[in-house]
This record gives sequence, structure tokens and C-alpha cells, in this order.
Amino acid sequence: MNSAAHRPGIWSIRGPISQRRYWILAAIGLITPILAWWLVASTGWVEKVFMPSPGAVWDRTLLWATEDNLLQDTGISVYRVTMGWLLSAVIAMPLGMLIGTFRPVQAVLEPLTDFIRYMPAVAFIPLVMLWIGIDEGSKIAIIFIGTFFQMVLMVAEDVRRVPMQQIEAAQTMGATRAEILQLVLLPSAKPALVDTMRITMGWAWTYLVVAELVAANSGLGYAILKAQRFLQTDKIFAGIILIGLIGLLTDQMFRFLHRKAFPWMHKKS
Amino acid sequence: MDAQEVVSAAPKIRVRGLGKVFGEPPAEVRALDNVSLDVLQNEFVTLVGASGCGKSTLLRIIGGLEYHTSGELLADGKPVSGPGADRAMVFQHYSLYPWLRVLGNIKFSRRLGVNRRHITSADVEVAEGRADALLRLMGLSACHNAYPNQLSGGMQQRVAIARALMNRPAILLMDEPFGALDAQTREVMHDLILHVFRLERSTIVFVTHDVEEAIYLGQRVVLMAPRPGRIDTIYQVPFGAERNQDLKHTPEFLRMKNEILGRIRQTSGMETDTEMLQQLSRTTQD
Repeated sequence: MNSAAHRPGIWSIRGPISQRRYWILAAIGLITPILAWWLVASTGWVEKVFMPSPGAVWDRTLLWATEDNLLQDTGISVYRVTMGWLLSAVIAMPLGMLIGTFRPVQAVLEPLTDFIRYMPAVAFIPLVMLWIGIDEGSKIAIIFIGTFFQMVLMVAEDVRRVPMQQIEAAQTMGATRAEILQLVLLPSAKPALVDTMRITMGWAWTYLVVAELVAANSGLGYAILKAQRFLQTDKIFAGIILIGLIGLLTDQMFRFLHRKAFPWMHKKS
Repeated sequence: MDAQEVVSAAPKIRVRGLGKVFGEPPAEVRALDNVSLDVLQNEFVTLVGASGCGKSTLLRIIGGLEYHTSGELLADGKPVSGPGADRAMVFQHYSLYPWLRVLGNIKFSRRLGVNRRHITSADVEVAEGRADALLRLMGLSACHNAYPNQLSGGMQQRVAIARALMNRPAILLMDEPFGALDAQTREVMHDLILHVFRLERSTIVFVTHDVEEAIYLGQRVVLMAPRPGRIDTIYQVPFGAERNQDLKHTPEFLRMKNEILGRIRQTSGMETDTEMLQQLSRTTQD
């Protein structure tokens, strides 16, 4: 394999790396923490209450699945996150497009949104309970508040990044404003928009535990909170890891969708 | 036929005392001042000048992408108040639609309302034929199914030109379209655009910073000067419609090139290149 005489090393800046090396390093990156965790737990340096062993977490997960309702907890959490995220996407997409396209809309809405997005979503819990109540709507609302204001600004930025030349070329071919929105801005920004949706989906999941602080009696976030009350550290671990895995899965789904939907980005000469 | 004769007598583009001011009062910049120019039907006019002379601004105003702050601008006898399908523009880069294949890019304008009203199946057939003809004319037949980012810079500009020509615009505006291409590709594109010009009988306004390109392509070379942007001299190019690369080595061509280059140096405040170098070395010594 040493045929290339002056192949740059893997430590050169932005240097190349082979597919095989990449996956070996990725595997090391994933396995090392688990191994370290297992080592620390099995030697008994740290009390079980602080850090349960991987085996104990696995057992607890199985118990959660068989004796308790892991599936329902997962289902309701996925539902809440998806609904909160979807609701915010449905509103943020058109609004962000308008902010990124028309300066007056930007002037009216962007400073306001910038202001609101710095407000902590957790602090809205009492207000949300007061306004919406304590049923499903309130949990979805918290996730919405945590996601929406960031999402609007990201969508606006995605649309603003469409090269002016693409817009002007359409204008000199006689396109109307509506046609430019539909035939240029939207398709041109679409890959960036899918990426924005992927990233904000991750943020929506981080607000799950916060959302399930509101009078919930099911859900992964709720299960973590309840486990904390009973000092079931293994269940806290199980819940956190589960949320991580679901996140990883949706992320990969979005990436797959990106490759399938935008072949022109991934196909080079 | 008579009507056409009348149209060709009037200028295709009429610019009268045109001015452009960028920005608002304390920070105003006068980009163009009292510019007057007539471009005739089926004429190829090139705009050159030192940077900051407003040649691109003038082109963009004709295209309706910028507005003028004083004076008069008529295209086909009608005042220009924004971009329109009669004045297609070709940009230096980034104007192709990367999500559409080559053919999709060329036929983009067919999807617009201006070209879909009162459309018949015969029109559609004509358009299909037109797209095919443009593919062949531009030497793009082999890659009609490729995405723009799979093409070289020169091929991408061919697509951009074909797309602009698709609906037979009355006027073709080109803003340094070959500025990002290497010298060899640029020469090929020059002969291609001259061929297109003869075939399509279009009216072309072409902005460039390359004097050789301006003379080789243009029937008239409009030299603009900076601060404020204005027309300095208009040169009538004495060569006929049939031109080839050998022309660039003839004494007449070289003489004209040197004359225009010299004038550009004068208008930019430098008499000669050596003078500029001397000034540069003085500043480094200081």
C-alpha cells in the first residue's frame, strides 16, 4: 500500500483519510468511552449509585421494556418531539423564507426573534401551564418554544445564502416574484433547509426532558426524572442513552434523505 | 417587413443623460454621470474601462437590475422600469441552477408565466426544437443530462448563454461572462459568441476588462472613465463580421489595442505602467 511516494499524512491540515481508516477511528471513538465506563464500573472505584455498570444499565433497559412500558414511553416522547418540531417547521419555513427574501419583513421580525430566542425555554413552563394547561399541548408547546425561534433565523439565513445571480438570472428571464420564490429560492435553499431541519430536530430532543417536567406521567424524559427521585441511576443512564440513539437514528435518516433528494450535490464530475 | 425596417432605424437601447447615485446623502457615491449611448438593432457593443468606471452598473441598469437616479433609458422605445424577458443577462458565474440538469437549465424560462400564456402545442414543439438547436449550437449535446457542477467553467458558461438565448431575447446583456475562464477556453468562447451573434442576429451589450476581447467581439468599443463613471471615447471597430484569431496579430488590431489601453491608463490617472511602478516603489521606500 506504500505505492504513493508523497502521499500527505493524515495529520496534514484537512489532509485525506482512507475510508477504512475513518471507520476504524470512528469505532475507536465510540468503543473507548464504553470500555472506560465498563472498566470504572467493574473495578468498583466508583459507587454503583453514581455509576452503574453497562451490564446493569442493559438489564434495567430490558426490565423497563418487559415489566414497565418502555415502548409507550418512547412512543409518546417521539410523538411530542415530532409534533413540537413539525409545528415549528410548518410556521418557521414560510416565515423564514419571507424574512430572508423581503427586507421589511426582516426589519419587523428578525430583531424580535433574536430577542426572544435568548429567553430560556424552561422559564416559559409556568406561562405555558397557565395558558395551555397541563395536557399534551403544553409539552408540545415547550418543545416548540425551544425550537421555533432558532429555526426561523436559520431558515432565513439559508434563503439569504442563495446567490443573487441565480435570482437576477430569473428576473432577466421575466420571472415574477412568486415564480422566483417557487422556482429559484425554494429549490436552491432546499438542501440547506433539510440540514436546518436535521439540526433543529436534535435541539427539539434536548427540550424533551424540560417539556416532560410539565405534569407528565409518561415519556422518556419523565422516566429519567422519576428515576432520579428513586435514585435509579441505571435507569437514568438507560433513558439518556436511548434518547441519544433515537437522535442518532433520525440524524442518519435526514442524511440519507439528503443524499437521495439532492443527487446534484453529491455527484461530482 | 416594413414595420421591421422602422424598428431597426430606431435604436434598440437609448440612454440619454443617465446618472446613478448610490447611497443616501452624506455618503453618496456618484457611479454614473450624464451617460448617453445608442445601441442599434443587431449591434454588438462592448464596454471597457478602468475599475470603478461604472461599466457593470450601466449594464445592470439597462437590464433593470439597478435603477438610474437621473436621465432617460429606453429599450425598444419603452422606458425601462425593471428587469424583463426582452433583456436577458449572462453573469460571470454562480447563475446556473445547480439542481437542474443542463437541459433543465436551458429550458428554465419555459416554466415562467410570461412564456406560458396563450401557449399552443405547436409552441411547445418549437421550444423543444429551439432547446435542441441551442444544445447543438453550444456543443452541449453530449452533456445535456449532466448537472452544472459536473461541467468545467467554460461549459457552464455555454449553458448560461444558451439559457439566456432560449426565448430569443431582443437584447443580450453580458457581464464579464468569460472573466473567470482560462485564456484558451476564452478564445473558443469568443468565436462561439460571434457565431451565435451572426446566427441569432441579436443585439449584444458586453462588459469586459479585457481590451483585446472588447475589440475582437465588438463593432463599437465604448471606453468608460471613472470618478464619476462616464463615457470617455467610443471607438468604431473597422473589422467586418467575419473575424478569426489571426486578426489579433494584425498591425491594425494591435494599434487599436494600444490606443485604447493607453487611454484607459490616462483616465485612471496613470500615464504609463512605468509611472505606476515608480510611484509604487516610492511608496515602499517611504
